[in-house]
Amino acid sequence: MAIITAEHLTLGYDSQAIIKDLHFSVNAGDYLCIVGANGSGKSTLMKTLLSLQPPMSGTIRFGDGLKQNEIGYLPQQTVVQRDFPASVREIVLSGCQARCGLRPFYNKEEKALAEQNMERMSITHLADRCYRELSGGQQQRVLLARALCATRKVLLLDEPVSGLDPKVTAEMYQLIKDLNKEGITIIMISHDIDAALNYSSHILHIGEHIFFGTRDQYLHSKTRRMFLEEEKGGEA
Amino acid sequence: MDKIGLYLQYPFVRYALIVGVLIALCSSLLGVTLVLKRFSFIGDGLSHVAFGAMSIAAVLNLTNHMLLVLPITVLSAILLLRTGQNTKIKGDAAIAMISVGALAFGYLIMNIFSTSSNLSGDVCSTLFGSTSILTLSIWEVVLCIVLSLAVVVIFVLFYHKIFAVTFDESFAKATGIKADQYNLLIAVVIAVIIVLAMNLVGSLLISALVIFPALSAMRMFGSFRAVTICSAVLSVICAFLGIMISIVAGTPVGSTIVAVDVAAFAICYVIGRFGKKA
Repeated sequence: MAIITAEHLTLGYDSQAIIKDLHFSVNAGDYLCIVGANGSGKSTLMKTLLSLQPPMSGTIRFGDGLKQNEIGYLPQQTVVQRDFPASVREIVLSGCQARCGLRPFYNKEEKALAEQNMERMSITHLADRCYRELSGGQQQRVLLARALCATRKVLLLDEPVSGLDPKVTAEMYQLIKDLNKEGITIIMISHDIDAALNYSSHILHIGEHIFFGTRDQYLHSKTRRMFLEEEKGGEA
Repeated sequence: MDKIGLYLQYPFVRYALIVGVLIALCSSLLGVTLVLKRFSFIGDGLSHVAFGAMSIAAVLNLTNHMLLVLPITVLSAILLLRTGQNTKIKGDAAIAMISVGALAFGYLIMNIFSTSSNLSGDVCSTLFGSTSILTLSIWEVVLCIVLSLAVVVIFVLFYHKIFAVTFDESFAKATGIKADQYNLLIAVVIAVIIVLAMNLVGSLLISALVIFPALSAMRMFGSFRAVTICSAVLSVICAFLGIMISIVAGTPVGSTIVAVDVAAFAICYVIGRFGKKA
């Protein structure tokens, strides 16, 4: 059974629809890449999945025991975070915040979970370092560890490799792939169509032509050919 | 030393010390959050709103100014932090608008309707605090203690939530934290602190109480908890020293405290600069 199902989804801003009549579903263990040109509505779709913005019409259903707030989220970095005085441990722990409800402090279980996820991302040695002094790749690992504290099932990643150098990018992709192998469902927004084809199991292409299906179907689809031609046209 | 001992025998000096230190503590606690949220100037904006409200209260001849000033300031704080998320008018522009507007209206109203013969003196003392901290009644001191305690308790209880919401609002919202409610809470607490602080340093210098300790602490520490604790301690020390100096040297209380805060910032900057290299 699908854990996330979107039906007849129309998304947009100020009564202007960007995406119309979108259908897709995500099963547990999938690795879904959402690709498309700038302005095609990738981020809007992500916000809707996170319930930060309501859809203009249509529904998103969460099934199979997944609750809306059990999604881990790796946002793009904001300006505020670049000079925020916070230690790595504090940030990772804040991923457990939703579990607390109204309880003001973290309990032992949550602290252990934070330690465990720092271990998983191999950033334990950085636990007491200040976040703003870390490299871009290390910062992404910190935010990934935080997202893992918030979920055991699904991770939503918004351009997780933007601004990273090629070596760190490859490491990051490998890390995400490993998490997927451990059973975590991945939904990733990406510009990088090659990486999407390398790692993902499903592709959702949004834009003028919408495509949803497995990676192999996408490789032979019309949408991809048209997209490639468009890109070539753009470069020429 | 003898002089300080002599002054401490007067109850109004002790009141001033208690109130001054408490307000410094409260304002520094939320300072870190405000500076990081790019709302450094909210103290200034809100205090001008409070000034405007106060002049209306004075014209209406209300016996208890707080009844009018507090609700108006809280309302403006909520409006300001709301517009911060809306992109039509950005946070800094909204604050500038409200701040200048309220200041102008306050002065205008005072000028047109005031019955006082010493108008510029009145304005000056509301803006710069002058000596009002030395004329506190026991009730004002009790009110201040109660409200400060409430602020500290709220801050400690919601510390982790304030951190989560300040560091990454969209992540917090996505994982089901009611970020808007906490933003509202922050706005209300800030408004209360500012209305309290007006007695101490006056409208103009409140910003200094809010941002200097936070900025000083951020020069030296890299974790949120260390920065918060350090800014609270710094702020209390500076307020205490400032009041002492102003009593001994006969200088205005508010500006003396801020001067000490500036000096503390300079020291922290140097420590942060050379401490890291060593």
